[in-house]
Amino acid sequence: MDFGDAPDEAAFRGRLREWLRTNNPGLPASSTSDEYWAAQAAWHQALYDAGFFGLSWPKDIGGHDLPSVYDVILDDELAAAGAPPRPSLGYLVQGILHHGNEDIRRRFLPGIVNGRDRWCQGFSEPDAGSDLAALRTRAVRDGDEYVITGHKVWTSYSDAAEWCLVLARTDPDVPKHRGISAFAVPMGQPGIEQRPLRMINGITREFGEVVFGGARTPAGNMIGGPGEGWKLAMTVVSHEREPGELGFVSRYRKVVKELAHRVREEPARHDAEAARDLGWAIVESEMLRLHVCRRLSDRLDGISHGPEGSVDKLLMTQVEHAVGHAALAVGGAAHDGGDDTWLKVYLYSRAQSVMGGTSQVQRNLVASRILGLPAS
Amino acid sequence: MDVRLSPEQMALRDSVTQVVGRLAPHAVGELDDAERAAKLDATVTAAGWRELRAPTDDGTPLASVVEAAIVAEELGRGLADVAYLGPTLALELRRLAGAPPATAPETVALTPDLSTPAEAAGGDAPADAVAVDAHGAATALVLLPSPGGHTLGAVAPQGRPGGVDLTRPAVAVGPAATVDPVPDQGRALTPDDLARWSALGLALTCADLVGAMRGAVDLACEYAKERRQYGTAIGSFQAVQHLLADAFVATEGSRSAALHAAWAVDALPADEASLAAAVAKAYCARASRAVCETAIQVHGGIGNTWECLAHVFARRALLSSDVLGGVGPSLARVLDHHGIGEARGLR
Repeated sequence: MDFGDAPDEAAFRGRLREWLRTNNPGLPASSTSDEYWAAQAAWHQALYDAGFFGLSWPKDIGGHDLPSVYDVILDDELAAAGAPPRPSLGYLVQGILHHGNEDIRRRFLPGIVNGRDRWCQGFSEPDAGSDLAALRTRAVRDGDEYVITGHKVWTSYSDAAEWCLVLARTDPDVPKHRGISAFAVPMGQPGIEQRPLRMINGITREFGEVVFGGARTPAGNMIGGPGEGWKLAMTVVSHEREPGELGFVSRYRKVVKELAHRVREEPARHDAEAARDLGWAIVESEMLRLHVCRRLSDRLDGISHGPEGSVDKLLMTQVEHAVGHAALAVGGAAHDGGDDTWLKVYLYSRAQSVMGGTSQVQRNLVASRILGLPAS
Repeated sequence: MDVRLSPEQMALRDSVTQVVGRLAPHAVGELDDAERAAKLDATVTAAGWRELRAPTDDGTPLASVVEAAIVAEELGRGLADVAYLGPTLALELRRLAGAPPATAPETVALTPDLSTPAEAAGGDAPADAVAVDAHGAATALVLLPSPGGHTLGAVAPQGRPGGVDLTRPAVAVGPAATVDPVPDQGRALTPDDLARWSALGLALTCADLVGAMRGAVDLACEYAKERRQYGTAIGSFQAVQHLLADAFVATEGSRSAALHAAWAVDALPADEASLAAAVAKAYCARASRAVCETAIQVHGGIGNTWECLAHVFARRALLSSDVLGGVGPSLARVLDHHGIGEARGLR
C-alpha cells in the first residue's frame, strides 16, 4: 500500500514538471471562459506531441500503454503548475475502443487521441434526457449509407467538432434499448445544423444543439453492430462518470489554489464563513485526488468497471459543488459588473449533477446495484 | 503508486473481521455481557493488535499505521467494546520518548474537549482531563512541559467509566490524581514527534469512523430490506434509497481520505502527515455524523429507542470525531497549512 511514486513514476513526474515550466499556456479554467475553448485544441496537441496525453491507452492509437495511475501524476502536476486540465476524451476513446471493429479503431482513434480530429457526442435529445433509450433520432439505410434525421441537444463541443458520435434508432420495431445503433457522422455537411447554446454562466463555446436533417454517413461508420448502440452508450457514460477518466481533479485543484491565493493576498476582504467554504473545497478536492488513486490502483490488474462509477460521479459532483460554493464565497457574485470569473465557476458547477447522468439517477444505481435494495 | 492492501494486510483485516464477528456485541443487550467482553479482550491481547506500534530493536514500530488503521476500521465496524485506540496512542508516545512499554494496561489523557493531549503544568495532575478508551486502563499518559520539549507522566484515572460511547468508556482523571514521571525516557518529545503522534491518532480515529459508517450503512440497509410499510419493503422507496446511497457514497469518500492519512503518518514529513490527517478528519467526522443520522432515520421510531444499534454507532462516531480534533479544529488546520486563518487577518 503506497501512495508514493515508484522510480519510473518519479522520473515521469520530473520530466512532466520540467516540460510544464516552459509549456504552460496559462489559460483560465475551462469552466469560466470562451478563451479556454478557443485554445483547447492547441493545448491538446502540445500535450500529445510532448508525450503526455493518452497515457493509459494502447500504443497503436497514439497512447503510451502505461498503468492508469500515471493519469494521477499528470493531473497532480497540471494542478500544481496551474496549467489547464487535460482534454476530457477518455469516455469517447473507451467507447470506440471497446465496441468498434479494427477498421473503426484504426480510422478514428489516432485522430481523437492526437487532437487532430475533434468529436462531440450526440446522445441526449429534447425528449430523451435521463431516459436516453427513448431517443427518436432515426438512421435509415440508403445503399451504402445511413441517412440520419433528428435533434440532439446539450451536446458539448458541437461547434468545434469535425465528428459526432450519434446514437440513432435503426429498428423502431424492437424494445427501445435494442433498436439503437451508434455512428460516426461527419459534422461538416449540408444535412447538419449546429447551434451554440449559451450556458447559465454565459459561455457559448462548450454547449450546443445539433439538428440532423437527412445527414449522411457511410454504413462502414457504424460503431458496433446494428442494435448495439445501447451497449456502447453504457460504456461511454460509465467512463463519463469517472473523475480518473475525465481528469477533473486538476481543474478543481487549480481553482482552489487560485482562491486560496486570493484569500492570502487580501485576508481582510474575506470572512470566516468564506474561509470555511474554501476549507471544504480544499478538503473535498484532495479527497477526490485520493479516491482516484484508490480506483486506478484497483485497476492495475485490469479489473473492469462496475456500478462504482456512480459512486465516483456522486463524489465528483459534491467536489465540484464545494468548489463552486468556495468560488462564490471568495470571489463574489460580481455585483459591481466587474470580473465575473468566480461567478462563472459557481454557475458552471451546477451542470455536474446533471451531465453524464443526473445525481438522482446515480443514486438509483447505487441503491439497486451496490446496496441491493429492492426495485421501486 | 499502488494503494491496494497487500495480501498480508488483507489477511490481517480478515482475522480482525472474524474476531469481531464472533465476539463483538451484535445487539445493545450484549453490551452488558461481561463474559463476552472479557473473551474479546483476551483475544485481542493474544493477537497482539495493541502492540503493532511497539518498538523493535532500532526503535522503529513493529508495523506501519496502515496495519494499525486496518484493525481500527474493523473494530469500529463491529462496535468492538475493547480498548485499542487508547493503548495504541499510549504505546506510540512511549516509543517516541524511547521509554519501555507499560507493564499494565495504559491509555492517554486528553483535554476535556478531547482535541489535544492533556498537559500537567508544574507537575500537577490536570484535574479536568479525560482518559479516553479507558477500559481496564491502570494509567493514562499526560505530557509534562520540559526544557527540551515534552516528557511523559502517568496518572491513575479516578472517575467512574462513562461518556458518550457505550463501547469505549472515558474516565475523568480527577483532582486527586498524582502525576508520576514515566521512568527511563530516552529523550524529550519534539513538536515534530507530537505532530506525528497526533497524525497517528487522527488516522486511527478516521479508520474507526470509516468502520462505524460501514457498520451503520449495513445495519440500515438490512433493515430497509426487511421493514415493510404500505405493503412493501421501505428500501424500495426512492426517498429511502437516496438517503442510503448518499450514506454509502460518503463512506467511500471517507475511506479514500482515511487510507491516505494512515499511509502518510510513516511515509511523509511531519507537516504533510499532519495535513493529510486534518483533511481526512474533517471529511470523515462530517460524513460520520450524516451517515449515522441516516441510520437512525431509516430505522424510524425503532431508531430512536435505546435497543437499536444505530445510536451505538452514532455515539462511537461522536467520540472518534472529537478525539484530537473534529470538524472545526481539522478544517482550521487545513486552512492554516494554506496560510489562511483568523489570526492571519480574516475580516
